[in-house]
Amino acid sequence: MNPRMLAATTARVLNQLRHDPRSIGLILVVPSVLLAVVYWLFENETLPPGMPRTFDRIGPIMLAIFPFVIMFLLTSITMLRERTSGTLERLMTTPIHKADLLFGYGIAFSLMAALQSAIATGVAYWVFGLDIKGDAALVVLVAVVNAVLGVSLGLFCSAFARTEFQAVQFMPVVVIPQILLCGLFVPYAQMTDVFQVLSDWMPLTYSVKALQEITANTDPTGEMWRDLWIMAAVLLGLLILASFTLRRKSS
Amino acid sequence: MSRTPSHASAPPPAVEADSLVVRLGHTEVLHGLTFSVPSGRVTGLLGPSGSGKSTLMRAIMGVQRVASGALTVLDRKAGAAALRQLIGYMTQDAAVYSDITVLDNVRYFASLHGRSRADAQEAVTAVGLSGFEKRKAANLSGGQFSRVSLACALVGQPKLLVLDEPTVGLDPVLRVDLWERFRALADAGTTLLVSSHVMEEASRCDSLLLLRDGYLLGQLTPDELRERGRSQDLEQAFLGIIQANSAPARESAARASAAKESAV
Repeated sequence: MNPRMLAATTARVLNQLRHDPRSIGLILVVPSVLLAVVYWLFENETLPPGMPRTFDRIGPIMLAIFPFVIMFLLTSITMLRERTSGTLERLMTTPIHKADLLFGYGIAFSLMAALQSAIATGVAYWVFGLDIKGDAALVVLVAVVNAVLGVSLGLFCSAFARTEFQAVQFMPVVVIPQILLCGLFVPYAQMTDVFQVLSDWMPLTYSVKALQEITANTDPTGEMWRDLWIMAAVLLGLLILASFTLRRKSS
Repeated sequence: MSRTPSHASAPPPAVEADSLVVRLGHTEVLHGLTFSVPSGRVTGLLGPSGSGKSTLMRAIMGVQRVASGALTVLDRKAGAAALRQLIGYMTQDAAVYSDITVLDNVRYFASLHGRSRADAQEAVTAVGLSGFEKRKAANLSGGQFSRVSLACALVGQPKLLVLDEPTVGLDPVLRVDLWERFRALADAGTTLLVSSHVMEEASRCDSLLLLRDGYLLGQLTPDELRERGRSQDLEQAFLGIIQANSAPARESAARASAAKESAV
């Protein structure tokens, strides 16, 4: 890896985003709007005394899912454009290393994800009075790791799509099953064995588990760190797999 | 390698191919090409669309696998990592980022080659795009867009510049301008390999590679082409060479099949 090429690639990806107001809106504004929808959906619920609000249970999970989904979408399309426009092949004839390119994408989108989750978490706390035991900074941390997970999954999946339409088709195949089985709709403990096994193999599950730890405990728990490390390992593995899909030579 | 004293002072060829075969999938598209691209000269790669020009250029740039034969670029095997600092490539479909500005595109490739912002500005000026620096690449005309791509290839100040149809769709004044620039680069020591399907541009090259259906019809100078093709018009001369080439090819094929039959 070369710091100059890495920095240049990060700057270039951010520059591309800067010229695309819709993507910026998708990253910075849409999560807060969706969070508001979730808040108002459960606004008038009647709860037995001592039971936490549904928003306090679901809110943090939503904060982790948004960056995952949005960054997956943005990265897979951006990377696909890089492949189809010929710029990737051109880059392969320059001294840039694959790692500079992949980490350049990773860093650029992680910065955006950090901004995104800072805004969404701020809105959740200050506008909707999110009430959890743990530290808000940890919620942002999980959200950022989740975003990078989305980035690496997007980088990897883009290799298997030829058009932007095909890239979007990965959403229902790769992303939605993870949302269904991550523990948002039905707690992990209540799933059938088959779904539990499937859930164990899905990286999003661990971010939900980590967030549940943060929601329930004042101090970071060992379990939360373990879940974070699992996510980090998965995203690193995906980045390595993605690097294999970037071939310098076509046969 | 032994060289005669008279050749000792001439620099070695920038590109050398020996029985180069390239396949795309299961189809063989380059059939055993043997040629050399002289150093510090402008070599034209001419042939109709689909003749294998782009595939050959991609093989030289190291992004297309070579099935068999040898391909040496600047004394190294094509695709060697050390070459990436020394070669510049302009693809046929302008490979630039359409969503950022002209200058930002060139600056990005400049930084990958360790060049400065001043170098980037110089490359933009060199392709006649000064005044368009802040324009988003997507908002340029087709000709301007491809010149951004050319600037990105120039900015690394490569020793070997491989340009795939760089003058397509350009107005005649600009086309002449670019060819003069190619000449100036060659005079300064850069080797250029420029593809075109416009035979008129062949006259501006020092050496020509004539490609058709993945076969090399010959490597010659424009004057030799006129002579061998028996026409002052290069288009006609190319046609003459194709006809001269295909007649013996048909004969030899007929002879080979006849020999096979008689052997049975």
